[in-house]
Amino acid sequence: VPASRSFIRLPGRCVRTAAGGLLRLGAALAATVLLHGTVGAADPAGTPADSTARGIARYREAVADSNPGELWEVRGEALWTERRGPRNVSLEGCDLGKGPGVVDGAYALLPRYFADVDRVMDLETRLLHCMMTLQGFTRAQALRRPFGAGALRSDFEALAAWIAGRSRGLEMDPPQVWPKEIEAYRLGRSLFFVRAGTHDFACHTCHGQSGRRIRLQELPDLLDPASVRAIYGSWPAYRVSQGEMRTLQWRMNDCFRQQRLPELVFGSDVSVALITFLAVNARGGIVDAPGVRR
Amino acid sequence: VSRRRPARACTAIAAVLAFAGAAGCTGPAPSASGAAPGAAAGAGTAAPAASGAAAAGLPDASLLAWMRESFVARGQAGLDRLDQDDTQRRCSMAAARGGLPPDEAESIRRDNQALLRIPTGPLAGSWTRGEAIAQNGVGRQFSDPPDVPSGGNCYACHRLSAQEIAFGTIGPSLHQYGRLRAGVPREILERETYGHIYDAQAYTACSLMPRFGARGILDDAQIRDLVALLLDPDSPVNRP
Repeated sequence: VPASRSFIRLPGRCVRTAAGGLLRLGAALAATVLLHGTVGAADPAGTPADSTARGIARYREAVADSNPGELWEVRGEALWTERRGPRNVSLEGCDLGKGPGVVDGAYALLPRYFADVDRVMDLETRLLHCMMTLQGFTRAQALRRPFGAGALRSDFEALAAWIAGRSRGLEMDPPQVWPKEIEAYRLGRSLFFVRAGTHDFACHTCHGQSGRRIRLQELPDLLDPASVRAIYGSWPAYRVSQGEMRTLQWRMNDCFRQQRLPELVFGSDVSVALITFLAVNARGGIVDAPGVRR
Repeated sequence: VSRRRPARACTAIAAVLAFAGAAGCTGPAPSASGAAPGAAAGAGTAAPAASGAAAAGLPDASLLAWMRESFVARGQAGLDRLDQDDTQRRCSMAAARGGLPPDEAESIRRDNQALLRIPTGPLAGSWTRGEAIAQNGVGRQFSDPPDVPSGGNCYACHRLSAQEIAFGTIGPSLHQYGRLRAGVPREILERETYGHIYDAQAYTACSLMPRFGARGILDDAQIRDLVALLLDPDSPVNRP
């Protein structure tokens, strides 16, 4: 659960949002969220979450023609083609797995093994690799801002939104062919059960059962492929509560923060293994990114 | 694979307390291979040169050693947070295997009973302070100031007062907790309640609930306030 949350209390009602999260949206959209995100009267268990889910669904409808995520997609496409970095080259030479510069359909096949680095990489780890090897950024330069915060925007979030969007409508089909691809899945599955830290939390603590919620947030059962298929394709996602585009690297990082563990390194083997575990469980699910989530 | 409940010493009191809903160790058994089309093929052919961890497919010591390399210390969260204690290690393995054998559960429960530190005398503090602790999710994250006391964040997983509708369902509802146990002698009820908050695994091995006292998340005064939140007749937990 995010540490900082603000509550807007209305008579007999309670609306949860994050401070400033709605600032990016126009007043009309904000009103939509506030109205439909509002949870109902204090009666039976189960109702509030249903109501929240319905609210988000209505919000998605309301913004269907103007998903705020499009702002990130537009910037992501520009970042892909723009000549940047010490070498002043674009990312158009970046091989996302289907050959240099091929973006269409690439996301549906990630993570995958890349022979040039002898490693499995997810989209963001591959982008980091290309920023360093093609554009000449140092690791520290490229990772100056992996996750955006308001005006301080992340290039990864924009690039990931655009690239994932170029697989929209396709089925997730990350390969399990190379030994390291198979190994990454198995490592991801093992990591899922690791309990550690002050609170004894594992991924499994919150995501090992179906039909549970934390506060009002519904928790997907990530051991159930049907459940993973239903959500994986909506990442990267515009988070209404944060007013930000969020990626899977962010999701992994922030889950470990909430597990009270140290910080997960962007593009690390653990991050790639967990994303591989999810992506393979999501096989057959349709990419609908960038999505809209609470 | 059938669900297995951890064996518990079912004294009459424990039965009355009935925290069983929190016995979360045995979630749905993970499918062995269904989700991983290639996993079976990889069992013998994968080259786990980078990490022996993959070979076993279990959260063992080699996995933990490998895992560490992907983390950096930040704020108050040092890499020592990845040092598992014996309970964490055994419960991780049990969850990955999809079951906790009864003798293993009993052994974990005994280990955690040895960690219990329940003071003598009355144990109920202030339910109003308890409610604030139950609402508070701050603490122990790398983004949290290290000096600020942790909350219990009870509502993240439990229903408590009927007025708070933003409650989670990972743990059982605790609404009416005290009223439903009105027949239990007060002293015993206070001790058992304090003990469950202090270290739930002293009662239910591999419970999903943090061991708030044993792991130093909450101090004695905070746990007493939560005992009051659960037991005080005037607490919203025990009101309609």
